[in-house]
Amino acid sequence: MVDLEALEAEARASLADAGDEPTLDAWRVEWLGRRGRLTSVLRSVRELPADERPIIGAGANRLKGALEDAVSARRAELLAAADQGTSIDVTLPGRRPPLGSLHPITLTRRMMERTFRDMGFDVVEGPDVELEEYNFDRLRIPAGHPARDMWDTIWIADDESGGPRQLLRTHTSPMQIRYLERRKPPIRVIVPGTCYRYEATDATHEWMLTQIEGLVIDRDLSFAHLKGTLEAFVRRMFGADIETRFRCDYFPFVEPGAELGVRWHGDWLEVLGCGMVHPEIIEDAGLDPQQYTGFAFGMGVERVAMLRYGVRDIRHFYRNDVRFLRQFEGRR
Amino acid sequence: MDVPLKWLAQYVDWDMSVEELAHRLSMAGAEVEAIKRSGGEWEQVVVGRVAAVDQHPNADRLHLATVDFGADEPLQVVCGAPNLAQGQTIAFAQVGAHLIDPSTREPRRLRKGKIRGITSLGMVCSERELGLSDEHEGILVLDTDAALGTPLADVLGDVVLDIKPTPNRPDHFSILGLAREVAALTRSAVREPSATYPESTVSARERTSVEIEDAEGCPRYTAILIDGVTVGPSPEWMQDALSSAGMRPINNIVDVTNYVMLEWGQPLHAFDYEILHEGRIVVRRARPAERIELLDGSELKLETDDLVIADADRAVALAGIMGGADSEISDSTTTVLLETANFQESSIRRSRARHTEGGTEASRRFEKSLNPELAELAARRAAALIVETAGGKAFAGIVDTYPGKAHTPQVVVPQRRISQILSVQPSVEEVRGILSALGISNRWLPPDRFAVSCPPWRSDIAVPDDVVEEVGRVLGYDNLPSEPLPGAVPDPDIDRERDLGERIRDVLTGLGLREIITYVTVQESELSLTASEATSETSSVRLQNPMNAAQDRLRTSLRPRGLETFASNQREARGGLGIYEVGKTFKARPGRQPIEERVVLALVGGEAPASVHGEAARPLDFYDAKGVLEQLAAGLDVELGLQGGADDAALVGGESAQITARGKPVGVLGKLMPSLAGQFGIEGDVFALELSVAALAPVLRESETVPSPSIYPAAVEDLALIVDRDAAAGELAAAIGGNGLVEAIDLFDIYEGDQIPAGKKSLAFRVYYRSPDRTLTDRDVEKARRGIVRRLESQFKATLRDS
Repeated sequence: MVDLEALEAEARASLADAGDEPTLDAWRVEWLGRRGRLTSVLRSVRELPADERPIIGAGANRLKGALEDAVSARRAELLAAADQGTSIDVTLPGRRPPLGSLHPITLTRRMMERTFRDMGFDVVEGPDVELEEYNFDRLRIPAGHPARDMWDTIWIADDESGGPRQLLRTHTSPMQIRYLERRKPPIRVIVPGTCYRYEATDATHEWMLTQIEGLVIDRDLSFAHLKGTLEAFVRRMFGADIETRFRCDYFPFVEPGAELGVRWHGDWLEVLGCGMVHPEIIEDAGLDPQQYTGFAFGMGVERVAMLRYGVRDIRHFYRNDVRFLRQFEGRR
Repeated sequence: MDVPLKWLAQYVDWDMSVEELAHRLSMAGAEVEAIKRSGGEWEQVVVGRVAAVDQHPNADRLHLATVDFGADEPLQVVCGAPNLAQGQTIAFAQVGAHLIDPSTREPRRLRKGKIRGITSLGMVCSERELGLSDEHEGILVLDTDAALGTPLADVLGDVVLDIKPTPNRPDHFSILGLAREVAALTRSAVREPSATYPESTVSARERTSVEIEDAEGCPRYTAILIDGVTVGPSPEWMQDALSSAGMRPINNIVDVTNYVMLEWGQPLHAFDYEILHEGRIVVRRARPAERIELLDGSELKLETDDLVIADADRAVALAGIMGGADSEISDSTTTVLLETANFQESSIRRSRARHTEGGTEASRRFEKSLNPELAELAARRAAALIVETAGGKAFAGIVDTYPGKAHTPQVVVPQRRISQILSVQPSVEEVRGILSALGISNRWLPPDRFAVSCPPWRSDIAVPDDVVEEVGRVLGYDNLPSEPLPGAVPDPDIDRERDLGERIRDVLTGLGLREIITYVTVQESELSLTASEATSETSSVRLQNPMNAAQDRLRTSLRPRGLETFASNQREARGGLGIYEVGKTFKARPGRQPIEERVVLALVGGEAPASVHGEAARPLDFYDAKGVLEQLAAGLDVELGLQGGADDAALVGGESAQITARGKPVGVLGKLMPSLAGQFGIEGDVFALELSVAALAPVLRESETVPSPSIYPAAVEDLALIVDRDAAAGELAAAIGGNGLVEAIDLFDIYEGDQIPAGKKSLAFRVYYRSPDRTLTDRDVEKARRGIVRRLESQFKATLRDS
């Protein structure tokens, strides 16, 4: 005589001990599987005396249903407990994948490039070591011209080959000439690059600096287009509410010449030099200055980066102190 | 350039505040760097009125003055001045004002005090107390209708604008030049100073001559001869004017030359004619070993490049810079030879740089390149002032030697050009009014052009656009319209190297490295740190005037400054340090611009820290750097190979490798020699990854297409091999990967020791087999494995472990 009650008690006890999914599966195999213990009871029913058959058969079938329910309930219980989880110290540090950083000058240069690209500008570069001719003469700054004093120059030592005089470019403006040598209007380009000045370093001066030059030439462009373009640039860089002003300034390769200032925390700060491309430069490029006009501009990336990040001393940029650089993680 | 406003007001009127005037001048191109006040700040000293005078109850000689100074309540002060009277306008010092103590003549702060029992709440000032003069007999009575309470500085002092002229505007180095700016901005006209004087009947040519030997260095030299002068102090108005502009009065003759220089921007010099040998002038280059003693007492040994003013025998002035001591104006001078000349700016610049520290007032102006036409205007003005202030009579005419005389060209400006450039169309009258106020002579050529000529005090009106600028800046750039750019957007240039440099920055930053940007200069001794091909002395670019004398070469590698940066940051680098730079290196080419090559250098070192989760601390090693390289290659979608043993002067041979792309070398990876690391102060190992961006750019994959992944399942098997200990795992992996069914291989175990024969090692690979077009059967995999094992056996003498 099979003791169904004892069997049920045993099955339920071992089910209560099953604490995870694999154990539940094993339990199921043991009790309800094809060769499971309850299954074998059911199989053996027909071998029982006829009078016992209906009782045991019905009892075993009921038990099978009950155990099926029990295992489902247990599974639900375990899932609920897993969702509840155990308790860990969530304040322990995570395993952090390293985070790098772009240099603040790269970040700012890229932001300026993006802004101009959005306005349809091409981006090109030029050589750091320039010919005197391109850095000065072709920009209407011949030797002895008073304007040469505007750029203190680091010269390349003469290699006695009799070649032309070379220097570390003092501005990215020579690329105006080089770009005009190979492109025809419409011209709409910026030139980011490193420039060098023979100048003592202090909180606001570096001998190595990054400049972005711009050149736009097309039919009948006017000072209004210069203003419109540079105002749009400044708005995108510093916010739509930025106040701007243009004052007259002098650069030998533009006429009229101007300087763009922005009001920053109450003070007017110079941001860039600009002006209409001098007609002689247009003519030297083989274009008719009556038809083709345009504008050029140049600005320092360090200057903009200092405003943007509130950096008071320009020397931080090339000192490369990791404590300074680390702060630019996550910046775009 | 200091511009005292009282002096400026002699030539032009304006009806606006000082701040507004300064702002408008700046906006139009004459940048006002500072607004200064002469005569002291006189803080807390204001205009007051004596409302009542009462007798001091306790002292006969003292009075009580009730002073109204614009405040709600008048104040009572004790005053002993005999000239005090009701109704006077006076300078009233409030408590706290800085005054000069009349007895000690030292500055002191005014305090509230009691004088003979009466409290005094301020002071009615004397000139001495204000530091204006020594006068202390009575109080200063002001002649002003300024409102009570107006700061005294606004009434009594002068305001000085500090102007920073641009190189194209030497006229901004003169009061008259700025007066013309003000006239243009206010659309008025300047009052030209008088330049007429009586002349004798005897021609100056009969007494002197001017010979110019170097016409390039001296395009023009004018001389005016005045005899019968009496040298003495110049009139007070002239002394005041010079002082307010920052120059020291000397005597009437010298003061006139300085006054006219400040007024017109043209330097002048006065010689004592009697001292000049043969009474004549020769402008020439200095003779070998010639010497001169200058006005400031310095004794110069001249060079033959120096331009000098000489008499018949010797140099008497260093042209355009400073006069000589011998021929200077003295009390006994009776005849003056007045020089007003023009000198070439580069010649002046060379001599100035050779002989003086910062130059002189004269050289500063000549270096801005003056128009030779200006000389005569200034000469006549100075002669008139000398006759006016020192008496005497000028000989007739000017001795004017003018080899550099050039025709002043007429600039024809189409009216259309103004609107083309400025996008506004001012009327003909408006344009002419602006030009006339600036002193630029102009005519209207109907129907549509202006004819303009450059005035003598300027040289920058040469093409129509120069005139357009004059109109635009006077109208005010901020008043001109603003428009967005019209027209077609040009096609961009393709610059693969630049693009690749940017991608490398992004990938390395994503891998946790920090970008640095370093100076491009290195020391000669650091050139040997450069990779492979001996970068010899001659192939580096040398600077003529480096900022740092030791670092006089352009870098041939990013290593020196990169290692320096690594060393300086070691202490701060918790958890290992990974830095990189993308930058240019420079290689000299005789007679041509250097080759500029973009490279990237990454430096990795330090220690990965232990973690609270159980990972142990460990020093970063070659494989950390290699991991950066592998991920960089993956990030750039480029296949890079490694060949052991880079031929590199700075890397450890056995712990370095050459990086190749399509079989060509593109860089190196390896451990920096510890001796070099030590030289830079680096503790522990540092690993360098260096790639030529230029060499890598051409091997980048052009196609952007990607294959679709197979929809069939992979078969995975482990393959444990026993090979020679020095067999390269990468080569075995490559051989396994040679089988067409192998999709991926992971090396997951390396083992030496028990159960492995001496001199051998065990490598365990997990191999993933997959076909793009069917499910692989056990037989397929079995066949592939046998092929692989055969190949490994023959190529590496590998045997399967416990198979």
